[in-house]
Amino acid sequence: MIKAAFRMPGFTIGFVIAFIFVGAALVSFLWTPYPVDGVDIANKLHGPDATNWFGTDHLGRDIFSMIMVGARTSIAVAIVAVGIGVVLGVPLGLAAASKKGTLLDEFIMRGNDLIFAFPALLIAILITAVFGASAVNAIIAIGIFNIPVFARLSRGGALSLWTRDFVLAARVAGKGRVRISFEHILPNITNLLIVQGTIQFSLGILAEAALSYVGLGAQPPIPSWGRMLADSQTMVSFAPHLALFPGAAIVLTVLGLNLMGDALRDLFDPKLRRDRQ
Amino acid sequence: MKRILTGAGLLAMLATGAIAANTSITIGDQLEPPHLDPTAGAAGAIDNVVYANIYEGLTRFASDGSVIAGLAESWEISEDGLGYTFNLHSGVKYHDGSDMTASDVVWSLNRARAEDSTNAQKGLFASIENVEALDDTTVVVTLSAPNGNFLFNMAWGDAVVLNEGDDVEALKTAPNGTGAFAFNNWVQGDSITLSRNEAYWGTPAILENVTIKYISDPTAAFAAVMAGDVDAFPTFPAPENLPQFDADPRFNVIVGSTEGETILSTNNKMPPFDNVKVREALAHAIDRNAIIDGAMFGYGIPISTHFAPHNPAYMDQSERSQYDPDLARQLLAEAGFADGFTTTLKLPPPSYARRGGEIIAAQLREVGIETEVTNLEWGQWLEEVFRGKDFGLTIVSHTEPMDIGIYANPDYYFQYDSEAFRTAYEVLNTETDPAARELGLKALQVMISSDYVNGYLFQLAKTGVANANIRGLWENAPTQASDMTAVYWAE
Repeated sequence: MIKAAFRMPGFTIGFVIAFIFVGAALVSFLWTPYPVDGVDIANKLHGPDATNWFGTDHLGRDIFSMIMVGARTSIAVAIVAVGIGVVLGVPLGLAAASKKGTLLDEFIMRGNDLIFAFPALLIAILITAVFGASAVNAIIAIGIFNIPVFARLSRGGALSLWTRDFVLAARVAGKGRVRISFEHILPNITNLLIVQGTIQFSLGILAEAALSYVGLGAQPPIPSWGRMLADSQTMVSFAPHLALFPGAAIVLTVLGLNLMGDALRDLFDPKLRRDRQ
Repeated sequence: MKRILTGAGLLAMLATGAIAANTSITIGDQLEPPHLDPTAGAAGAIDNVVYANIYEGLTRFASDGSVIAGLAESWEISEDGLGYTFNLHSGVKYHDGSDMTASDVVWSLNRARAEDSTNAQKGLFASIENVEALDDTTVVVTLSAPNGNFLFNMAWGDAVVLNEGDDVEALKTAPNGTGAFAFNNWVQGDSITLSRNEAYWGTPAILENVTIKYISDPTAAFAAVMAGDVDAFPTFPAPENLPQFDADPRFNVIVGSTEGETILSTNNKMPPFDNVKVREALAHAIDRNAIIDGAMFGYGIPISTHFAPHNPAYMDQSERSQYDPDLARQLLAEAGFADGFTTTLKLPPPSYARRGGEIIAAQLREVGIETEVTNLEWGQWLEEVFRGKDFGLTIVSHTEPMDIGIYANPDYYFQYDSEAFRTAYEVLNTETDPAARELGLKALQVMISSDYVNGYLFQLAKTGVANANIRGLWENAPTQASDMTAVYWAE
C-alpha cells in the first residue's frame, strides 16, 4: 500500500513537502540558526543572505528560525484540532449510524448541522474574542468545527456498512452495537478518515494562519506564520521578503497536504483503483 | 458644431473640477470619535475633529504650543492673581445663528466644573471659584488660589464655549460651535464632513469643505494616501512608510513634536513593582534607542521623565536610567529577584505599543524578567488596565499637554502614591512666577524620575503625510487637533 502510494507523483511531492515542514518543526525543538526571540534592532530588515538565509524581520529576528518555529505552531494547532474532531466526531457519527432513524441519530446529526451552519472562522473569532486570544483557544475553536466533519463522514460510511453481510454475521453472533461499531465498522472507514484527516489538517493550518493574522492565534513572542504576515503588511513595498517566506510556507504546506489527501483518496477508492489496473 | 460644444462642456467641467479640488480637502485619521462633544469625553479623536475647527474657547493653542487669544480678545489679571477679566469678541455667532455672549461662557465653565460634570479634565477648572458676566462681552473669573496655568487650561479642547441652553445630548452628533467650520455630516464608520462657516467672526477659512475619513488599518491608510483618496494624513500610523512618501515628489512628510510621553507604565502597587529597586532595574534594562529605532523607525526623542523635551522646563535625567543590563541584574539580585520573575505586559493597538512591547519583552528577558504579552483592543485596555488596574506593565503614550499632574493622583492607573510629590504639585499650582514655576516643574520631574515610577521611553513624534501642494497644516501637535482653518492648496 505504501509503495503504491509513492508510485503516485502527487503523493510523493506532497509527502516530501510535508516531511520538510514536519522535520523543520521537530528540528526547531533542538536547534534553530538563531533564537526566535532574539530581537536585534541594529540588524533589522536585512534581505536574505548567507548569515540570515531568509533575511531578518523589522525587529532584527531571523526569519528562517521563525519559519521553523512557526511550523511547530501551525502543525501543533492543526494536529490537535483534527484530533479533537476525530476523537469526538467519529464516536458521535458511529453512534448515530448504529441507531439510525432514532431520536439519538436525529439529535446528533441536527446538532452537527447547527455547527455547520455557522461560518467557521467567524465563530473561531468569537470564541477567541470571548475567552481571550491564545494558541489553546485557537485550537479549541478550530477543533470544534472538525467535529461535524468527522461525525458526518463516519455516519455516512458506517450506514452503508451496517447493511453488509459481515455486520449481520456479527449481530447474529450476539455482538452489541457499540462493539460492532468499533470492531467491524471503524476499521472499514479508516481510509475515509485518513483522507479527510489530511484535508482537515491543511484547513487547520489555514485557519490557524487566519486567526493569527487577525491577532487571535498564538500570542507573541511565539512565532506564527499568520502573524508574521500581518506584521509585514505595511513593509511589503520595501521589504517583500518579510511576507514572501511565511506566505510561501503556508501555501506550500497546504498544497503538500492537499496533494497527499487527493492521492490517498484515489488510492483508497476501490472504483478508481480498478480503473487504474 | 456639436463636437465643439461637447469640447467646450468638457473644458468647463474640467475647470470646475479643478476649482472644486482647490477648495476642499480630505484628510485621514485612524480613530473615529465616539461622539463630538469635547466637554464630555476624553477621546482625542473628538478634538481631532472639533478643536479650533468647530469649537473655540477663551484662549487657544497655536501650532507651536503657545497660548493665544481665542474668543477672548484680551484679558486683565488682577494684582493678586485671582481675578481674570476676559473681554470677548463682539458679533460672534454660533453656527445655528444665535449670538455668543458672556453668559455662554459662564454657563460653559460652570457646567464643566459642576459636581455632576462629565468633563474628562475637571482638574482644569478646579481652581475656579466664581464665574460672572459683567456685560455681554465681559466675563470675570475668580480663582480660589493663584494658578499660573489658568490661561493654558482654558486653551484645552475640554474648555470650549458651548451655546447656553443647547441640548448637550444632541451636540454629541450635531455640534454647534463658533468656529470657522460648521459641522455638516457624519457618516458613521466612514467620515465626517465640515463646511466653511460663512458668518465667521474672525479670519474665515480658506477651504470650503473638509472631510475627515476614518481608516484604521495602516496598510489601507498607506494605499489611500498613495492613491490620492485622502489628501493628507496628519498623524500617519505606520512610520515605516514615511521614507517612501518622502522619496515621492507628490508628498510632503511633516515630522513634528507631540505632547505624547510614551512610557512603560508600571503598576506601582503590584509586587514586585512596589519595590523601587525593581523599578530601577527596569529602567536600566530598557534600551530606549533600540525601541525608537525598532518600533518607530527612528521617529521619536528619548525621554527620561514624564515631560516633553521641547518644553523649556524639561530636565534631562538620562544618566539616572542608562541602558545597563548588568546593573539591572545586580539591582534585581539586591531586591531578592536574582532568578528574575514573571509579570504581565498588556499592549494596546498602536504600533508603538505592539512593536515596542516585543522589543521590551526581549530586553527584559535579557535581565531575567519574563513577560506574558497580551494584545488588547482599546476598549479592553481601558477596562482591564486603565480602570481595572489589572496589569504589571503596559505601554501607552500620554498625549495630554503638561500632564505631570497625573502623578499627584494615587488612584491613577499606575498608582504612584507619594505625599512629597502631591505637596510639591500643590505648591506649584499656586505659583504664578514663571521662573519659580519652571524650577517647581523641574523638581517634580526629578522626583518621579528618581522614584522610577514608570519606564520613560520616548516622546511620540507627529508624523504626517500630505499632498505636496497643501500648505498650513500643523507641524507639531501641542494638543490633539487637526486645525484646518489656515489650510489651503498652493497651486
